[in-house]
Amino acid sequence: MGTHVIKMPDIGEGIAEVELSQWHVKVGDMVVEDQVLADVMTDKAMVDIPSPVNGKVIALGGQPGEVMAVGSVLISIEVEGAGNVKESTAPAAVVKEAPVAAPKVEAVVESTPAAAAPRPAAACQGPMVAREADERPLASPAVRKHALDLGIQLRLVRGSGPAGRILHEDLEAYLAQGQSNASTATAVYDQRNDEQQIPVIGMRRKIAQRMQDATQRAAHFSYVEEIDVTAVEELRAHLNEKHGATRGKLTLLPFLVRALVVALRDFPQINARYDDEAQVITRLGAVHVGVATQADIGLMVPVVRHAEARSLWDNAAEISRLATAARTGKASRDELSGSTITLTSLGALGGIVSTPVLNLPEVAIVGVNKIVERPMVIKGQIVIRKMMNLSSSFDHRVVDGMDAAQFIQAVRGLLEQPATLFVE
Amino acid sequence: MQQTLNTTLLIIGGGPGGYVTAIRAGQLGISTILVEGQSLGGTCLNIGCIPSKALIHVAEQFHQTQHHSQYSALGISVSAPTLDIGKSVEWKDGIVDRLTTGVSALLKKHKVQVIHGWAKVIDGKTVEVGDTRIQCEHLVLATGSTSVNLPMLPIGGPIISSTEALAPKSVPKRLVVVGGGYIGLELGIAYRKLGAEVSVVEAQDRILPAYDAELTHPVHEALKQLDVKLYLKHSVEGFDSQRNSLQVRDPNGDILNLATDQVLVAVGRKPNTQGWNLETLNLDMNGSAIKIDNRCQTSMRNVYAIGDLSGEPMLAHRAMAQGEMVAELISGKHREFNPTAIAAVCFTDPELVVVGKTPDEAKAAGLDCIVSSFPFAANGRAMTLESKSGFVRVVARRDNHLIIGWQAVGVGVSELSTAFGQSLEMGARLEDIAGTIHAHPTLGEAVQEAALRALGHALHL
Repeated sequence: MGTHVIKMPDIGEGIAEVELSQWHVKVGDMVVEDQVLADVMTDKAMVDIPSPVNGKVIALGGQPGEVMAVGSVLISIEVEGAGNVKESTAPAAVVKEAPVAAPKVEAVVESTPAAAAPRPAAACQGPMVAREADERPLASPAVRKHALDLGIQLRLVRGSGPAGRILHEDLEAYLAQGQSNASTATAVYDQRNDEQQIPVIGMRRKIAQRMQDATQRAAHFSYVEEIDVTAVEELRAHLNEKHGATRGKLTLLPFLVRALVVALRDFPQINARYDDEAQVITRLGAVHVGVATQADIGLMVPVVRHAEARSLWDNAAEISRLATAARTGKASRDELSGSTITLTSLGALGGIVSTPVLNLPEVAIVGVNKIVERPMVIKGQIVIRKMMNLSSSFDHRVVDGMDAAQFIQAVRGLLEQPATLFVE
Repeated sequence: MQQTLNTTLLIIGGGPGGYVTAIRAGQLGISTILVEGQSLGGTCLNIGCIPSKALIHVAEQFHQTQHHSQYSALGISVSAPTLDIGKSVEWKDGIVDRLTTGVSALLKKHKVQVIHGWAKVIDGKTVEVGDTRIQCEHLVLATGSTSVNLPMLPIGGPIISSTEALAPKSVPKRLVVVGGGYIGLELGIAYRKLGAEVSVVEAQDRILPAYDAELTHPVHEALKQLDVKLYLKHSVEGFDSQRNSLQVRDPNGDILNLATDQVLVAVGRKPNTQGWNLETLNLDMNGSAIKIDNRCQTSMRNVYAIGDLSGEPMLAHRAMAQGEMVAELISGKHREFNPTAIAAVCFTDPELVVVGKTPDEAKAAGLDCIVSSFPFAANGRAMTLESKSGFVRVVARRDNHLIIGWQAVGVGVSELSTAFGQSLEMGARLEDIAGTIHAHPTLGEAVQEAALRALGHALHL
């Protein structure tokens, strides 16, 4: 009899502590391999901790709710044979091992496919088969590589070639079965155990870093107000009818840009950049409006420079040009930086409310929700109006709620009385 | 006056593992810095694989010519040859030079920045080379291995390691090789052919103890023919520099004095983990090597170890394959190191090659196998090469005839490793090899015949 000690595995990107949420076993329980012992929680996900061994639980390492260091002892199980208790006799090593605990994850990851092995009936029909954990599936290097790319575990694929060799066709059959199972009503829904790791690199990593940085540093607060855009939409339709052919079509965005430009004259604290390391706020006269744009490789924010000096059509043309440049990857570095306030719009997908993340070091971002016709009460009468919400976020470290609310009310006023957009 | 460089990938060590990682990373557009303390190409190109093969070639040519000058069944008559070993070494150096220059050019072509100097690890993302500090996101450790030294035989003067043996100023009259493994025998045989009287001291009861007795038998016979003296089950006690004699203890416990001019210590290699502050990373170890998983990842995130540093098998081609994989992993591709087999070749005379499982290993794994061999004595091409000894052996499962191992011993069999490796990786069965037409007259026919024989119908036996 020996003791097998399971340590808290390193679950995610550089997470040093993990919360123990729930035990599925108690001291004295007999457990079998792959039985779930506990649920642990990272800031991202709940993760099952399965048992890598058969045996009897002799000690639990913590209480539900307890935050435990990666590498600390989670549970001790009495097992046949020697166990792995040597590790636990060197307590000094535990602390040092904390960042080095990655190999422990293997135990968890490897036991997941084992859990998938005893799937009912699937083993004896179709292109699926379960092999012993230590049995090496027979496949050429090209097939192995292809399977890795597809996230297929070769262990589960039936080989139709000589001596059970897995062929490219077998991979296709394996995938096809998954699809046909999904589409026929009589088939049992197929349990999926494939996983794909997408390395967070390049553009995605940039975005991830910026978003994380922004949410960690800034004290976000969001403010939502509904705007009656009936008048400004009428004006837009009129201008498009009259000048569309010669000056180009207008979307709502240039009107919003114009509203920001005018409103910001009275709210310089919102057209600003906050350097929190130097503890300096820079208020800018120029209004450089970042326009969040979805490109194939991810979110990009091209910048309309000096929007305050541009006409409606000028702004429209610039927004359109920059969006195309960003989408096709042709936007220059300069065109993608230097904004003082950001406008984010998902158009028809705008939803009713969003909570935009600030584009640091800016202190405000204005989100545009979709336009819908709604019954509104005006002077005691129910009338159909075109309504649109603006969901905006501000950095509460330097923008007070009152200022933010007044700013958005000013924008609202300008959009609801569109003539005032152009009255100096 | 410290400058700091930033890079995505930093590789420590410019041997086959390191430089291949760098080239592949360069192809994938990863900004890469490679640090090398000595010469690009590492042990392999400078003081290992390549120079030893060059010296073996010189020895073989010299030996053949000498053979013809005495008695030639081929009807060639020449006068006794002489050897200018200085010129031989110069020729060898020329090859090494061409190869290392080639590596340097390839690295440049793929925009890899090479920094010459000794790396010192600061942490998992920081390395210092002299005054330069390099910050990286991914660190690949590829520092290779060094010869194991014996405490009673410190290298110096008449006691040499393989490094000195590969750049001789003269051929010693007498040479004792300590270690009957592949390095000791490759060099021992070469020195014998160059004219030295060679003895081999080996602690175990046979030469090349890593291979089975049937396979090493032809090498044993060749050593007898070459008049290389074997001291098996003998252990080294020390060296008497006054009398130029190596003291060894025989199996009875008696001390023997072997008079010699040089002693070549070739008792193995060990991962190069010392002297570059590797300890600071506190990585999990696997014996004296760094522990890695099937993606060559160490116990620290984004720190990889490849090649000899990660332990056995210490083979350049394994390091290269690992390096290529690591570069692709870093670029975001899905990869894992999952070869069916890695060929091991021994350039003795005759040569040895082992790929996949040997009969003993198959047995130990509990597999019911057919083992079949075909002798080169029945192969026409071998006869025309004056090669009479050796054979090709195949190991296949009895139930489905899947081939799980190939071994061969004989003149020129190193080149068969390609066919063996391919057969194993593609999952060939005996019928596949038996059904492939092998060109006549080649040594490869013995490969097909071994498979045919395993199926019970060899044609030429």
